[in-house]
Amino acid sequence: MVIKRSIPEVIFDSCNVLFLILCSFLFLYPMWYVLVSSFSDAHAIAAGEISFWPKGFNVDAYKLVFEDQRIWTAYGNTVIYVIAGTFINLVLTTLGAYPLSRKNLEGRSLIMAFIVFTMFFSGGLIPAYLNVRELGLYDTRWALLLPGAVSAFNLIVMRTFFQSIPESLVESAKIDGAHDFRILLRIVLPLSMPVLAVMTLFYAVGHWNSWFSAMIYLQDRNLFPLQLILREILIQSSAQNMLAGVTQDEVFRISESIKFATIIIATVPILMIYPFLQKYFVKGVMIGALKE
Amino acid sequence: MAVPVNAIKAKSRKQRTKRSSVSLKRMMANRYLYLMLLPTVLYFLIFEYKPMYGAVIAFKDFNPFAGVAGSPWVGFKNFEKFFESYYFFRLLKNTFLMSFYSLLFIFPASLAFALLLNELRIKKLKSFLQTVSYLPHFISLIVICGMIIDFTKPGGIINSLLLGIGIISEPIQFLIQPEWFRTIYVGSGMWQSLGWNSIIYLAALSGINPSLYEAAVVDGAGRWKQLTHITLPGILPTVLILLILNVGTLLNVGWDKIILLYNPGTYVTADVISTFVYRRGVMEADYSFSAAVGLFNSVINFTLLVLANRISRKTTESSLW
Repeated sequence: MVIKRSIPEVIFDSCNVLFLILCSFLFLYPMWYVLVSSFSDAHAIAAGEISFWPKGFNVDAYKLVFEDQRIWTAYGNTVIYVIAGTFINLVLTTLGAYPLSRKNLEGRSLIMAFIVFTMFFSGGLIPAYLNVRELGLYDTRWALLLPGAVSAFNLIVMRTFFQSIPESLVESAKIDGAHDFRILLRIVLPLSMPVLAVMTLFYAVGHWNSWFSAMIYLQDRNLFPLQLILREILIQSSAQNMLAGVTQDEVFRISESIKFATIIIATVPILMIYPFLQKYFVKGVMIGALKE
Repeated sequence: MAVPVNAIKAKSRKQRTKRSSVSLKRMMANRYLYLMLLPTVLYFLIFEYKPMYGAVIAFKDFNPFAGVAGSPWVGFKNFEKFFESYYFFRLLKNTFLMSFYSLLFIFPASLAFALLLNELRIKKLKSFLQTVSYLPHFISLIVICGMIIDFTKPGGIINSLLLGIGIISEPIQFLIQPEWFRTIYVGSGMWQSLGWNSIIYLAALSGINPSLYEAAVVDGAGRWKQLTHITLPGILPTVLILLILNVGTLLNVGWDKIILLYNPGTYVTADVISTFVYRRGVMEADYSFSAAVGLFNSVINFTLLVLANRISRKTTESSLW
C-alpha cells in the first residue's frame, strides 16, 4: 500500500531530516574539534585558529603524554579497577538477581523491597564516607571496588531477564538432580548472554569513567585511576608539570595541545568498543524499561 | 451456627502452623538460593543500610573516636544551624533551579528528539543519528568538563563563534561569571543526555501496534492526527513514569559536574546542597553538620517522590508502585 505524501508532509520530512542532520553535527563537532586540535600546531591552537580542519601537523603533544609516567600508572590502575570492579559487579548482581527471579522463593518480594528502597533513599555522602573509613577501606583499591558493587537498577534489569527464561527448563534440571548453583552456571547464564553483555558494558563504562570515589577515598597517587590524573590536567590545568625545562611562553602553548591529546587518549578506548556494543545496550535499556 | 469461638481459633492456629511448616520446607528446598543471595544482601546491608543508620550522626555531635553509637545526642541542633545559616536559601534555590531547569529543558527535548527520530523515514540515517546521539553519554565527565572549560574560555570556540557573527563585541568569561553557570550546566547536560534519554521513548514508540497507524491512515488521518491520537497516547505511561522519577530526584542535582566546574566566584549560583555537603563534610571534616544537610536532602527527595507517585496514580493511573 503506497500512499502519496501530501505537500505539507514532504516539507515536514525535509525539514526534519535537515534538523536532525544539524543535531548530529552538534553531537559530533566537539569531539571532532578535540581530535583535530590534538594534531594541530600548538601556535594555531593558542591563537584560536582551529575551526574545522587541522592547522599544521604535529604529534609532540602525544609524545609528551606518552612519556609521562603518571599517565601510564593511572592507565594501569584504571584497567585493574575496570576488570576487578566489573567482575565483582557481575558476580554480585547475578547472585542477587537469579534467586529473586524464582517465583517459589519465600520472602522474595520482601527482599526485593529491601533492595529497591535503596534506589530512592540513602544515608547520604557523609555516612557513606565514614562507613568506608570505619571498614578500613580508605586509601585502598577496595574503596573503589566494594562501595557501589551492586546497582539496584541493574539487578532489576537482570532479574526481569531471568524471569523470561521458561520455568520448566529449571524444573527439569532440578528433576535431573542439578542443584541451584549448577543450574545458574550451566543453564541460566548461557541463555543470558545479551543481558550479561549489557551489564558488563554498563558497569565497565562506569568504572572507566569514575573519579569521585577515587577523589574522596584515595590519597596514594600510585592508586589513582586515569580520570583523576585527567582532572589534574584538564580541570586544574597542571599540564605545565609535564614540561619541565621549557620556556614559560612555550609551556602555555603546548599545555593546550596536551589537554587535547590526553582527552583523545582517555576517550578512544571507550569509543572504539562502543559501536560493537551499541546494539546490546539499546536492548539493555529496553529490558530495563519493561515493567514486570 | 453455634460453633465455639475457641474451635475456630484452634482451627486457624492449626492452619497457620501447617502453612508455616510448609513454607519452612519450601525454604529448606531453596537453601542454595538463599545462600546465593547472601553476598548481595550483605552488600546492601553493609554499604547501603549501615550508612542509613550512620545518618543518625546528624542528630549527634559526632566524634570519630567515640563512633556513631558513642557520640552524644544533640537533637535537631545541626538542622537548626543549617536552617538558620546564610547558605540555606541560597543552596535550596540553586539546587531546585538547577534541576528544575534541567527538567524543563532536557525532558521535553529528549521526548521531541525521539518523536522526530521516529518520524524519520530513512532507516540508515536514523540508526546513524541514534549512534551519534548516544555517544556523549559514554564520554567521561572529566573529559566533558575539560571540553566545557576549553570551549568557553575567552579564546575558545564559543567566544570565537559569537564574536565572529557579531553577537558580542568582547569575549565572555563564561565560567567566571555566576550568571552563566546554570546555562552552561543545563546546555552541556542536554548535549550529554539528550540521545540517551530518548532511547526509552524510542523503545516505547516501537512498542505501539503498527496496525493502529494503518487503520488511522485508512480513516484519513494525517501525520499530525496520527501523532496526537496514536503516538502520544501510546507513550504517555512511559513519559509519566519518567516524569515521576525526575520529580522525585528534583533535589538530587548532578553535583559531580558542578564540583568540576564551579569556583568560589560562582558559588552564588552554582553551589548546591550536595556540593556544600562535600565541602563541609569531606574537605572540612564537619561530619555531623553536613550529614544533617545531606539527610535533609534525602528526606525531601523521598517525600517528593512519594508525592509525585501518589498524584500520578490518582490522576493518570500510572505509578512506580
